Amino acid sequence: MADLRCRIGGVDSINPFWLASAPPSDKKYNVERAFAAGWGGAVWKTLGEDPPVVNASSRYGVHKDGAGRIVGINNIELISDRPLDVNLREIEELRREWPDRVIIGSIMAPIDEQAWKDLAIKLANAGCQGIELNLGCPHGMCERGMGSAIGQAPDLVEKTTRWVREAVDIPVFTKLTPNITDIVVPAEAAMRGGAHAVSLINTVNSIISVDLERMVPTPTVDGLGTHGGYCGSAVKPIALNMVQAILRDPETRSLEISAIGGISTWRDAAEFIALGASGVQVCTAAMLMGFRIVGDMIDGLEGFMDSQGYQTIEDFRGKALRNTVDWNDLNLNFDLKARIDHDACIECGRCFIACEDTSHQAIRIDAKPGGGRKFTVIDDECVGCNLCQHVCPVAGCIEMVEVRDDRPKVTWPNHPKNPLRVA
Amino acid sequence: MALRPAESVGGFLTREQIERNFADLHPPLGCAQAEIEAERCLYCYDAPCIVACPTSIDIPTFIRQIRTQNLQGSAETILDSNILGGTCGRACPTEVLCEGACVLNARGEEPVKIGALQRHAVETLMAEANGHPFTRAPSTGKRFAVVGAGPAGLAFAHRAALLGHLVTIYEAKPKPGGLNEYGLAAYKMAEDFAQKEVEFVLGVGGISIEYGVALGHDMSLEQLRADHDAVFLGLGLGGVRRLGVPGEELRGVVDAIAFIEAVRQAADKSTLPVGREVVVIGGGNTAIDAAVQAKRLGARNVTLAYRRGEAQMGATEWERDLARLNGVAIRLWAAPVAVEGDGRVERVVFETTELVDGKLRGTGEMVAIPADMVLKAIGQVLIPPGIEALAFNGDKLAVDADYQTSLPGVFAGGDCIATGEDLTVQAVEDGKRAAHAVDRLIMKRG
Repeated sequence: MADLRCRIGGVDSINPFWLASAPPSDKKYNVERAFAAGWGGAVWKTLGEDPPVVNASSRYGVHKDGAGRIVGINNIELISDRPLDVNLREIEELRREWPDRVIIGSIMAPIDEQAWKDLAIKLANAGCQGIELNLGCPHGMCERGMGSAIGQAPDLVEKTTRWVREAVDIPVFTKLTPNITDIVVPAEAAMRGGAHAVSLINTVNSIISVDLERMVPTPTVDGLGTHGGYCGSAVKPIALNMVQAILRDPETRSLEISAIGGISTWRDAAEFIALGASGVQVCTAAMLMGFRIVGDMIDGLEGFMDSQGYQTIEDFRGKALRNTVDWNDLNLNFDLKARIDHDACIECGRCFIACEDTSHQAIRIDAKPGGGRKFTVIDDECVGCNLCQHVCPVAGCIEMVEVRDDRPKVTWPNHPKNPLRVA
Repeated sequence: MALRPAESVGGFLTREQIERNFADLHPPLGCAQAEIEAERCLYCYDAPCIVACPTSIDIPTFIRQIRTQNLQGSAETILDSNILGGTCGRACPTEVLCEGACVLNARGEEPVKIGALQRHAVETLMAEANGHPFTRAPSTGKRFAVVGAGPAGLAFAHRAALLGHLVTIYEAKPKPGGLNEYGLAAYKMAEDFAQKEVEFVLGVGGISIEYGVALGHDMSLEQLRADHDAVFLGLGLGGVRRLGVPGEELRGVVDAIAFIEAVRQAADKSTLPVGREVVVIGGGNTAIDAAVQAKRLGARNVTLAYRRGEAQMGATEWERDLARLNGVAIRLWAAPVAVEGDGRVERVVFETTELVDGKLRGTGEMVAIPADMVLKAIGQVLIPPGIEALAFNGDKLAVDADYQTSLPGVFAGGDCIATGEDLTVQAVEDGKRAAHAVDRLIMKRG
């Protein structure tokens, strides 16, 4: 049976599933329900100096797929709007009542060394096993010089991380904003500041939708809207990329990562771990479906690991990272052709029109003798792009088949057509 | 054709029960339901459902328009191909047309509810009263006569009006709509939909209707030709096939089509005459409509008898299921040989049948089914008043590729010609195509 215990930034956890610092971890009541459901840890909703902030109404907008299911949320909620003392007392209580669970304190302050240090010390004293620096909120707090205003300035990332490292002797997680050009730059800064781990990604800056009747962005507060932080399954690809970018960079590859960004299922979690993350944090999926989803996340990850013979998280952590390369390392002699299974085909024509209108005109339609249509790939035109397979509504109907030949691997740097060929 | 009442004269059910029994068979989809159902559509390229629709509605497009909440555009997509898309959404045998061709069937799933989605789009547009969605071309000064305000005549008139012509429809009955008004089961056309739809069609302008004028009685084809630039015959099948067995004249033996008309036109269905023991003879959708409505009026036992097997029935599987669900007993391989009774029907005698070398023959075994009402639904035929001068093709009017009959300037479409099934949707296609053909010929367009 797979063992989900893991160590993230030096913090031991019974499983890799933590609640991210967000509305679900705002208070004891919620976090207790999460622990009861099976979550291994929670990063507390970000705390700042008193007096607490004031939040607006409403706070969330959503992006839906065609079937009306939510694929992304945008929020304009700020950090905890409850007094610091109340939060500290609740953390202390939970620490006593749930000794096997992880509580990480998330903090945010302006560029004021003492403020960062005071907050970190108070949370460490309350029993947190680690401190996470919120340098990512892209809305509201950044207008006050906090959140992403710090996260977008590498020297400030380094400085705040160092301040907190100096103040406490528990692990320090620096939470990075994706609203930058190159995630490796702030990751390096966090490393220089002494971070034990980086948490990423925070939310992506966004306008989620525009109400066309009222002509105002959503969520709408008294007739006005503002940009907010985008999260949910739609941002997962952005987060996956940033995780691999940090872990493939020679300067930052030794950083540990607590991965965040659209993780909704065990499979999502496994993908982040496969790219090298030590653990994951979840917010949106829990907000949409409740804490009970962790049951399947635990169960599903165990099942996956058992089926693959992985006994611990470390057995597969980073296993996909070694297969993640730059484009220039791809073999340009590798050749795929689409194959359509005529027995499975339901004759919808989606592959044809996708290829015909937007790709390589590599699918032919023939009338079937008894009526109906037969779709066939023209190998000479097919470039193996996969688009037909992706739009096909029948699982397994279109297969991408490798053309086996004896041509050696050739990459762009040494490709005959490359005028700057190296060898 | 007046309904001759049986001596049992209904009143079996309360008015509330009757209202429930004749309410919309399938209540319309709400917006949220429609969007969810629309999402199931795969948006096929050159979709099989379009090919299966006699009017070639661009179904994937109208469904996508529902999904994007462009309901006006969705309805226009439908109505541009089929101006009676509302009735067709309710009453088409979609299981053998668009929904039967839906590729989801091949994936082992229920097809997209195309009929229900079509109804949603069209009825939403009709309810919004934004006016008619189409605009007529400039007037051509041409005047067309249409005989019959049924689906074919209405579709012809609407398309001809759109093309800039003026149309007068001559209708024998007091109301327009043809079989949509008089011949479909009430629960398929609830809330007076046929009349609402005609009103909507007429909203295009340029169409007037004269009621109570029958071809061959109140006017002649020659007169219509003389007074108009073209004549379109959208005639219904006015004759009902006879059983040709002894006792057919007994009281209580009624044409199913007259029974259905009486159900549709009754102000209070709870007083309608219906038997306690009803026997329906025939195997088509009209037989089903009659049988199910008899049951819903409170008949104790309704037997639908058909002389061949289930596979040969004209009624679709969906219709047969509906009948069985309503408690109608379907008796196959039974051919009527006599209707018996003392002045009034008491029983129908059937001979059981079998297929021998592909030919139907009686076995000699007789079965009597008690009946105080018999509904005959073995088919309708075109009857000649007024059209004696025209050439026939079998029992229907002969037309050329332009829908022109043997008499120049006289065109025909719908059930009176033999294009396809006798369905509203086919009649609409005939009328639409005929209007384009007439326009081309009259206006000498390329």
